[in-house]
Amino acid sequence: MSDEIKRGLKSPLRRKLLAGMAAIPALSLLPRPTLADVPATSAVNTTGLAVTDTEVTVGILHSVTGTMAISETGSVEAEKLAIEQINAMGGVLGRKIKFIQEDGASDWPTFAEKAKKLLVNDKCASVMGCWTSASRKAVLPVFEQYNGMLYYPTFYEGLEQSKNVIYTGQEATQQIIAGLDWVNKTKGAKTFYLLGSDYIWPRTSNKIARKHIEGHLKEAKVVGEEYFPLGSTQFNSVINKIKLTKPDVIYAIIVGGSNVAFYKQLKAAGIDLSKQTLLTISVTEDEIDGIGGENIAGAYACMKYFQSLDNANNKAFVPAFKKMWGEKTVIGDVTQAAYLGPWLWKLTVEKAGSFDIDKVAAASPGVEFKGAPEGYVRVHENHHLWSKTRVGRAKLDGQYELIYETADLVEPDPFPKGYQ
Amino acid sequence: MIINSRFFNRSELIGFVTLAILLFLILPLALDVFRLNLVAKYLTYAFVAIGLVLCWGYGGILSLGQGVFFGLGGYCMAMYLKLEASSVENTKIQSTPGIPDFMDWNQITQLPLFWKPFHSFPLTVLAILLVPAFFSFIIGAAMFKRRVGGVYFAIITQAIAAILTILIVGQQGYTGGINGITDLRTLHGWDIRTDHAKFILYFVEVVLLFGCIVTAQFIRLTKLGRILVAMREQEDRVRFSGYSVANFKIFAFCAAAVFAAIGGALFTLEVGFMSPSFVGIVPSIEMVIYTAVGGRMSIFGAVYGTLLVNFAKTALSESFPQLWLFGLGALFIAVVLAFPNGLAGIWQDHVQPRIDRLLASRAKKAGSGWADNSVADGAPAE
Amino acid sequence: MLGDYSIGDLGSILAMQGFAGLILFSVYVLMALGLAIIFGQMGVINMAHGEFMILGAYVTWMTATVVETYVPSLFSGYFFLAMALAFVASGSLGMLVEWALIRHLYRRPLDTLLATWGLSLILQQAYRSIFGAREVGVELPQWMLGSKQITDTIEVPINGIFVMCLTVLITCAVAYIMYLSRWGRQVRAVVQNRVMAGAVGINTEKVDRYTFGLGCGIAGIAGSAFTMIGSTGPTAGQLYIVDTFLVVVFGGAASLLGTIASAFTISQAQSTMEFFMSGSMAKVLTLLAIVAILMMRPQGLFALKVRK
Repeated sequence: MSDEIKRGLKSPLRRKLLAGMAAIPALSLLPRPTLADVPATSAVNTTGLAVTDTEVTVGILHSVTGTMAISETGSVEAEKLAIEQINAMGGVLGRKIKFIQEDGASDWPTFAEKAKKLLVNDKCASVMGCWTSASRKAVLPVFEQYNGMLYYPTFYEGLEQSKNVIYTGQEATQQIIAGLDWVNKTKGAKTFYLLGSDYIWPRTSNKIARKHIEGHLKEAKVVGEEYFPLGSTQFNSVINKIKLTKPDVIYAIIVGGSNVAFYKQLKAAGIDLSKQTLLTISVTEDEIDGIGGENIAGAYACMKYFQSLDNANNKAFVPAFKKMWGEKTVIGDVTQAAYLGPWLWKLTVEKAGSFDIDKVAAASPGVEFKGAPEGYVRVHENHHLWSKTRVGRAKLDGQYELIYETADLVEPDPFPKGYQ
Repeated sequence: MIINSRFFNRSELIGFVTLAILLFLILPLALDVFRLNLVAKYLTYAFVAIGLVLCWGYGGILSLGQGVFFGLGGYCMAMYLKLEASSVENTKIQSTPGIPDFMDWNQITQLPLFWKPFHSFPLTVLAILLVPAFFSFIIGAAMFKRRVGGVYFAIITQAIAAILTILIVGQQGYTGGINGITDLRTLHGWDIRTDHAKFILYFVEVVLLFGCIVTAQFIRLTKLGRILVAMREQEDRVRFSGYSVANFKIFAFCAAAVFAAIGGALFTLEVGFMSPSFVGIVPSIEMVIYTAVGGRMSIFGAVYGTLLVNFAKTALSESFPQLWLFGLGALFIAVVLAFPNGLAGIWQDHVQPRIDRLLASRAKKAGSGWADNSVADGAPAE
Repeated sequence: MLGDYSIGDLGSILAMQGFAGLILFSVYVLMALGLAIIFGQMGVINMAHGEFMILGAYVTWMTATVVETYVPSLFSGYFFLAMALAFVASGSLGMLVEWALIRHLYRRPLDTLLATWGLSLILQQAYRSIFGAREVGVELPQWMLGSKQITDTIEVPINGIFVMCLTVLITCAVAYIMYLSRWGRQVRAVVQNRVMAGAVGINTEKVDRYTFGLGCGIAGIAGSAFTMIGSTGPTAGQLYIVDTFLVVVFGGAASLLGTIASAFTISQAQSTMEFFMSGSMAKVLTLLAIVAILMMRPQGLFALKVRK
């Protein structure tokens, strides 16, 4: 759209459009069999979102360039797949989804800027976006100020809740506690060595982990806790320390490029992951692609989704994803969570009978998605998802083998008492 | 002390007025508030660029760590705004109300000592000006007194930028970590997130920008400016003439640091948050390219260069995100190889002579002694 | 913490930690050698050095894939072929860049900084467009994985030994070329007095080009070696840049000996500190120490005269 049109929409042209739209209910009196079962735009859109009789606009806001492009590509692909499938089924309230994709460029102010553009200029009915907490924190004030709806896919540290965000990834307690309980019970693990990249997610997660280990697991203790700057590539010192301390479990939350260096150096140092238990919450199938299956085989990961899950939904999802994006693509937890975004939005809009953000936000709690590749999810009042937590073991081919799955859905608790 | 008889010679005066018209009239009228806010963001980088004109263009000191000072100013302002947004009222759901949210998540129960001065606006403004000046003074004194310059200095500034980034990200309890300090709301009770506020902030910023331009011009025209130029060309001769080269370099570097800090503080006000992603190596180098594109010797060029590169970035990254990095890289190379004096150089070499010829021929026709003045004024400024 | 271990254990700790320090030292030397040649001998700062390294890494990955698909029997030896190819690829790209870009900028070191930064952006985007935004995993032959048991408690990673041997080899080769060969003499002549060197018949342009190519080629080999210990992606080069520059500048940039000494100091300091405190703090302290020392002795450890 050219600048003139954008500016024009703000002035007389826009008023004419709104006036015209007000006449639409009158049109419904005319006999029109094809549009008769589609709710009238004025009924489903009272706040001026980009909704027409045939289309609704949704935003996709991820990094296509920059360091985060590595991770966010999967989310974009999943969201596009979901949108295509929804459109093939008839769309949302009879309207096809049209998406506008913006590049956050791994730069937080750009995320904020593009978010504002999507909400204010393009009037998106919802936005699927962000990956890092920094990007989400940068856009959160924008979404709250302009009353938008963000579907955020990454597992993260919690400590947040907003009317304008639905968090389709797990928050820290969901990811951490069940995994620690499992490793304590099945492996009898008592000593833990905590590792992480030096920023908020690993630090907060390890804090929760430590509280749980020392407070809730019998006779368990933390024997080491270390952090490394983002992007650091030398881990030999800490690997030596691990060799000497011989912990029952290495609990690793290393992120980004450091991941590859860490696992390669771990393997090179002779630590055999089939004998030394390593539990991580930061390595999905996407990361294993870069690390190399042979370097991480035998490690355990705590996620809510693995590409190898054996249920009917996943059996349909994986081939559909590969067909659209290539046979060699892998699907990690965040990619699947991103896939949930458009579907949950569609279900919520249909439950609310409207695209209005306030109505969508009010209708969200309780929305269930039975077609989720991870099985089943339900939206909680705090806008996070009830989901199961699973533990998988990394295999040589880069896939995870499911070892354990919680019997029930784990309740999301972004502000856990006693863990803060 | 002022060498030239006039503060701005004729061509500079025209440049000044043109820029004023552009920033005060044309842009606010032509752009909606959203885009105007973007321009305001770009203009905060222009402060850094002007500082670089002084210390790099005139002083020959290339600093690849201006992000450090931009960040220092930005964080000072962010700390003030965050404390205001974290009033006991606003934060009653926290375990410790009255302190910023990220401190609460990190189980900090008391406001750290170095945050306390930022409750007061005058102290914050003082900090924005003095803290970067202090750090740049130390760095400059350590480096320039020992005659470290050029490439060595540039790399050390990079290392400092890297250190500061790691420190900020690691100490998330005190600084907000990698997320930065977000969710800033009001300044003295005035909501800075409304369109109306952004409109007013834009004009405040432009006024401050012109203030910096005038200050930079003043510095340029004093004996200090002459010495800076002399130093850049023949440092030893200046030293032999009895001047303390190090002191002048320190001054130029500190001036650049203070300008950058003012830009950073305004950035926080305009954008509503500050994060370590503006402090590191990559943003610092990008700030240098704005100056290079505009013309490292031209103060107005710095502003135009900043606006141009940022407009290009937004435009290209919207339509062709893959192409943008190629374009930016090519821009660096092109500016260095083909246009070392940037836009201002192109203007001086190609456009200005044509204008002068036009004016001279018109003046001749008018038959007054005006022609002599215009030729003299048309000579390129340093 | 140290009190928990017996003397024997402590001995093992120190041995393994020393070894980790040596590995880090080799890594730094490999990274810095190429840059030291270019900067020290030619006064040119190449901000795209990391990207030349990554080119070597990508070439290694391509070699691995090709050999695996077509000649799987040779897979265990492919790494040597990959390194040779990496040298050729990065070296050729270096020579091209020198011809196209650097030779115009010899008297303007600050400008080469900016120009090569622009080059690094272009290369990063090129890698992203050609190889994809995701990281690629380089598979190592079996004999390079794992570690060797020296005593009961001391184990050293094989790829660490490999990197160290490689570093020794390359350093000796570079020293030989620079100080004992005819061509090395030409390079040093050009550095000392370009005009006179040209007057006595040395083709200064060719010498410059080959020197730059050599520096970039070594970077390519370093990148190839780093596929064993790190990640390979479009932006991976950025991870190494600051460290590499600091090693070169700290060493004084006038001599290869300086680079080696500086790499040794920094690596030992960092790995020792890492043992006693967290990785972040160790990194910050190391950087601060380097900056502080540089402020007090800006010409670096082994400089012959002050450089501007």
